[in-house]
Amino acid sequence: MSKEILKVTNLSVGVGEKQILHNVNLTINEGETHVLMGPNGAGKSTLGTALMGNPKYEILSGEVSFKGEDLLEMETDKRSQAGLYLSFQNPIEVPGISFANFIRSAMEQRGEKMSLWKFKKALKEKMDVLNMKEEYAERDLNVGFSGGEKKKAEILQLLMLHPSLAILDETDSGLDVDAVKTVSTGVEEYHRTQQGALLIITHNTKILDSLHVDHTHVLVDGRIVAEGDGSLVAEINANGFEKYMTK
Amino acid sequence: MEEKTYVEDVDRSVYDIRNEEGDNVYRIHQGLTKEIVMKISEEKNDPQWMRDFRLKCLDIYNDLKLPNWGADISDLNMDEIATYVRTNTKMANTWKDVPKEIKDTFEQLGIPQAERESLAGVGAQYDSELVYHNVRKEVEDQGVIYTDFESALRGPYADLVKEKFMTIIKPEEHKFAALHGAVWSGGSFVYVPKGVDVGIPLQSYFRLNAAGAGQFEHTLIIVEDGAKLHFIEGCSAPKYNVNNLHAGLVEIVVGDDATMRYSTIENWSKNMYNLNSKKAIVGKNSKMEWVSGSFGSHVSYLYPCTVLNGENSHMEFTGITFAGEGQNLDTGLKVIQNAPNTSSAVSTKSISKGGGICTTRSEVVITAKGENSKSAVSCESLMIDDISRSDTIPAMDIRTNTADVGHEATIGRISDEAVFYMMARGIPEEEAKTMIVSGFAENVSKELPLEYAVEMNNLIRLEMKGSIG
Repeated sequence: MSKEILKVTNLSVGVGEKQILHNVNLTINEGETHVLMGPNGAGKSTLGTALMGNPKYEILSGEVSFKGEDLLEMETDKRSQAGLYLSFQNPIEVPGISFANFIRSAMEQRGEKMSLWKFKKALKEKMDVLNMKEEYAERDLNVGFSGGEKKKAEILQLLMLHPSLAILDETDSGLDVDAVKTVSTGVEEYHRTQQGALLIITHNTKILDSLHVDHTHVLVDGRIVAEGDGSLVAEINANGFEKYMTK
Repeated sequence: MEEKTYVEDVDRSVYDIRNEEGDNVYRIHQGLTKEIVMKISEEKNDPQWMRDFRLKCLDIYNDLKLPNWGADISDLNMDEIATYVRTNTKMANTWKDVPKEIKDTFEQLGIPQAERESLAGVGAQYDSELVYHNVRKEVEDQGVIYTDFESALRGPYADLVKEKFMTIIKPEEHKFAALHGAVWSGGSFVYVPKGVDVGIPLQSYFRLNAAGAGQFEHTLIIVEDGAKLHFIEGCSAPKYNVNNLHAGLVEIVVGDDATMRYSTIENWSKNMYNLNSKKAIVGKNSKMEWVSGSFGSHVSYLYPCTVLNGENSHMEFTGITFAGEGQNLDTGLKVIQNAPNTSSAVSTKSISKGGGICTTRSEVVITAKGENSKSAVSCESLMIDDISRSDTIPAMDIRTNTADVGHEATIGRISDEAVFYMMARGIPEEEAKTMIVSGFAENVSKELPLEYAVEMNNLIRLEMKGSIG
């Protein structure tokens, strides 16, 4: 369980003229569950999207290795194929591409070719886990999906694509209690059946109820200000970020 | 950029197969004179009225001026175009009788296979004349006529053909209609009797193999009251470095309570001037549908026109135009709503890339007779890069107070966010962009029969190759 999968060393990231992350360090081992907490605007989403290679963000300094390879040298599609997954906070709507075809194309890029019949069966199984109606598979990618369906759609892709590390960017935000429960079931399924590692960016601890948190990181003003095990989540839940912000 | 050239050379190959002109090809002297028109008429053994009509059209052609709007066609010199090129072969109605090199070309384009699988009848034109024509027996037994135009001039419907020929699109309408009238050859005549529903489509495929030649096929379709037809037209040509010209004419008459759908996938090579005209006259309670994909040619002028002459008649137009490097594609449509309670629904999409120019013109005319008529026009454009161009030019002429008319136009780019999102799922950048463009075109491809939808997606894929880096 202790094989290193992601190692972020002194990573600084900016957008435009503005520096957002300052010398961030983070190590995640295979199968571990990490939580990244912090107030709004701390740079949590920036870390997720920069690790995925969003061209809007500039890497100012630092190194990132993923499974021993230099992640920053890889194009976004190669990062994904290597096993990194990012669940988007605001999934993008793409008209004219059915959700099922999109997932199938993504699987084929990973060399996972299967017959249409087998694919449909596998998709249906995972959709059932997430209480998603079958009709969503034939609808255009994210187009007209409700907030909750979009988040479920992100988790469905997570389950279909078998990544080894998934970054969940506020996948629980804006969801009602039942939807959070469903999403959290999906995440738990990923963790349990695929032994996938997780970096969960969240404000809400409900999504963590069914997971054992190995490590917690607190990000304030683009800097990691505190680290701890799962108990830190409860501590922050009780007391907030105030004590870190006044530092 | 090197990769792009390489890929295009390889992938276009199926369209680019050219056959050398051998000794058995008859090619008329290039240019456009009275002698040449007479010679074509003689070669085709026209009835006298047609010979007279050709000469009248030549006079009209000489009187009319080139359009003073639209894409530049000053490079098109009629003195360099051979208006009639024929392989010396009889038209066949089984594939095995088609000469081998021509048969191979059509087989590579998938024509006979499509016929076996999903068509009621097929016509294949090679240069100026049809080389193959066949219609399923059960369709023929319903009284449906689908024949080459020359046979139609002499067949049982000769009087009907004479009565309708170039009355829907008159030679005076524009210079290239007149040109067509003077030098036309090839094409098809379709007649669907009252109440007959031709359940599966008929298809004509036009192939222009000869360099420096023109193709001027004439299509006349008559759909009687209560009948239903889907007609598909496909076009392609290999690439030459001299100009080629296509000035076909399609005339359609739709009776009352009838449905007609006309689908086109056009992939002329990029040395082609495509100056094509299409028009349909529609009776009451009837429906005319156009599905149009324009991918090829150097310059296109293409605006299918629909005249809704019967009350409660309806027109639907779904079109996509894709202009790449060196292409100036001026496309669109016209509808004249000339009866009460008519309606029209238009959705056009255009994609421009690599300096290509797309112009979309729509003209909606609702006459004083068109009370309580409706029209909705939507034009969407997608620009792949900063050097391309896209224009939307709507025109409306409404002569009644009771009409309900709407027009919307949008222009967009491939969103960086969407590309990043798709790449984050492991889809490479070029593939992601291709998928986005195909998605943009999806409302057209879903209207097409499967093999055409596949061909259209392949064309988009081909055009998007090398669009990055």
